[in-house]
Amino acid sequence: MSTKSGKWVRLAAVAVLVTLVAACSGNKNKNGGAGADGADGAGIGTDGASAVGTGSDGGLSPEEMAARTGLQYVFYFDFDQSQLNPETRAALDAQAAVMRNQAGPVRLEGHCDERGTPEYNLALGERRAKAIANYLILQGIDRGRIETVSYGEEHPAALGQDEDSYQRNRRVELKP
Amino acid sequence: MMIRALFLMCCLLSGAAVQAAELMIEITQGSDDPTKIAVVPFGATPGLLPPDAVDGIVSADLQRSGLFEAMAVSDMIAQPHEKSQVFFTDWRQQGADYVAVGRMTRDPAGLYRVTYELHDVLRQSQVLQETVNGSEAQLRDIAHYISDKIYEKVTGIKGAFSTKIAYVSTSSDRRSFRLIKADADGERALTILDSNEPILSPTWAPDGKQLAYVSFEDRRPRIWRQVIATGQREALTNFPGLNSAPAWSPDGRRMAMVLSKDGNPEIYVLDLATRQFTRLTNHFAIDTEPTWMPDGRSVIFTSDRGGKPQIYQADATTGALTRLTFEGAYNARARPMPDGSGIVYTHRAEPGGPFHIALQNFKRNTVRILTETIYDESPSIAPNGSMIIYATKRMGKGILAVVSVDANVKYFLPAAAREVREPAWSPYVR
Repeated sequence: MSTKSGKWVRLAAVAVLVTLVAACSGNKNKNGGAGADGADGAGIGTDGASAVGTGSDGGLSPEEMAARTGLQYVFYFDFDQSQLNPETRAALDAQAAVMRNQAGPVRLEGHCDERGTPEYNLALGERRAKAIANYLILQGIDRGRIETVSYGEEHPAALGQDEDSYQRNRRVELKP
Repeated sequence: MMIRALFLMCCLLSGAAVQAAELMIEITQGSDDPTKIAVVPFGATPGLLPPDAVDGIVSADLQRSGLFEAMAVSDMIAQPHEKSQVFFTDWRQQGADYVAVGRMTRDPAGLYRVTYELHDVLRQSQVLQETVNGSEAQLRDIAHYISDKIYEKVTGIKGAFSTKIAYVSTSSDRRSFRLIKADADGERALTILDSNEPILSPTWAPDGKQLAYVSFEDRRPRIWRQVIATGQREALTNFPGLNSAPAWSPDGRRMAMVLSKDGNPEIYVLDLATRQFTRLTNHFAIDTEPTWMPDGRSVIFTSDRGGKPQIYQADATTGALTRLTFEGAYNARARPMPDGSGIVYTHRAEPGGPFHIALQNFKRNTVRILTETIYDESPSIAPNGSMIIYATKRMGKGILAVVSVDANVKYFLPAAAREVREPAWSPYVR
């Protein structure tokens, strides 16, 4: 009995630790919260019902990271566009200056506002993420460190149907 | 390993089973000159109270098609259950064009026997009579079958009431995603996949027994296919970049899709037997949303190679290209009419304007806007070519809507609590 509860205490401690590590660093948690094994662990009933468990990213928000480092982690775009404006270029220059002195991967997540079709927006979000990636590569960041993924219109930052929300959703998030 | 197991345990959502209806039906517009039909409550042996009223389902099916006006039971002058009890002059006075009657029994083993008849009031003749058997769980199937038969007898068009729809249901904060399969009337909703990460682009195999879709459960998009009856599933792709927009060929042997592994989104065709990928497009623009024309000889897709998204057609063998859309600032995600006579797609006439569903007829060379709501997208056509289901917004909430191809019939399918999008109408299921 005691061994069993001891084991649970250890498990719980590990879980707390993991949460702390994820919250503090936000970067080494690249696979931890994703449930990359989620598919294998999914219970799929014979009636066709299935449940796949997938976690969410345990890192800091872009705003929290910006407050901590003084760098910008979200870059915005015009409708159906993937061009970088001068402010974005300046912010990426500052990011690249820091990244050059670090190792480790960065993930660029491209997003769109909800107007337009989901699959076209998936492609557009990728184009935006790649525009940021290509700029960083031009600034001397190793291509192999950069992963791009597009969420299209699936993960909006703002849920409203107004130009302000749309503007906030047309973005690329840089996740160290 | 232990950590991950613990994490998974925390995140595993309870397996969802059959829900009642997530969707409700609100009919907004019917045909100008509907056929008037009285679906009389079916007779049953005393004490038999089936959980689903077959006659009520038939009546609602026909009403929803817009081509029929179903008489209220309270207005019926009589409630016959068989031919000998049908007095045509009474029904003619009530303005009914057709009268459907029926009766049911249940044997000790629980098997239902449902007999229905359709009577033509003007010709004073019986035009349909059949007995259908099934279990209690199949009463809805029996009802939709009867609706299909009546619809076909009266309109000459094969009914599609027995078909299914698939759609994606999300929480309004977009933290929960479910792939749902339901009857075409929204009933018997079944969760096929439940995830905290996006699910999109559900599409039916031509046999109606499998679904393909895109799931982000690995924090990246991958194409999966899943057998509905068993839940057995398989990831078909795992390339860097986009793996999305799956579309089964009409013969079920190939799947068109979008991969960006070579740098930007291109249309590929996967041979499901040999697992060979063939690249169909080669352009630096976005090429996406492939779908097959019914003859299987060409793939139509969205490309912004001309500067704005437009629909193109590629020969599936040679890759030879034709541009199909020219009107408007944004034309995307086309679906062909079952007879190949045209395509429907998401259409935006001018920059900043609303998105509507448009039907382009190839022979007449016309483009007709079918919808009046805004943010209309993801059209999917019933296999009999009569109706189009699509996604739209109402008061900021994602709902499904249906419009007939002649734009005369319209109804909404809002969800009770969640938001719904990306509908896909199944082929005929046998």
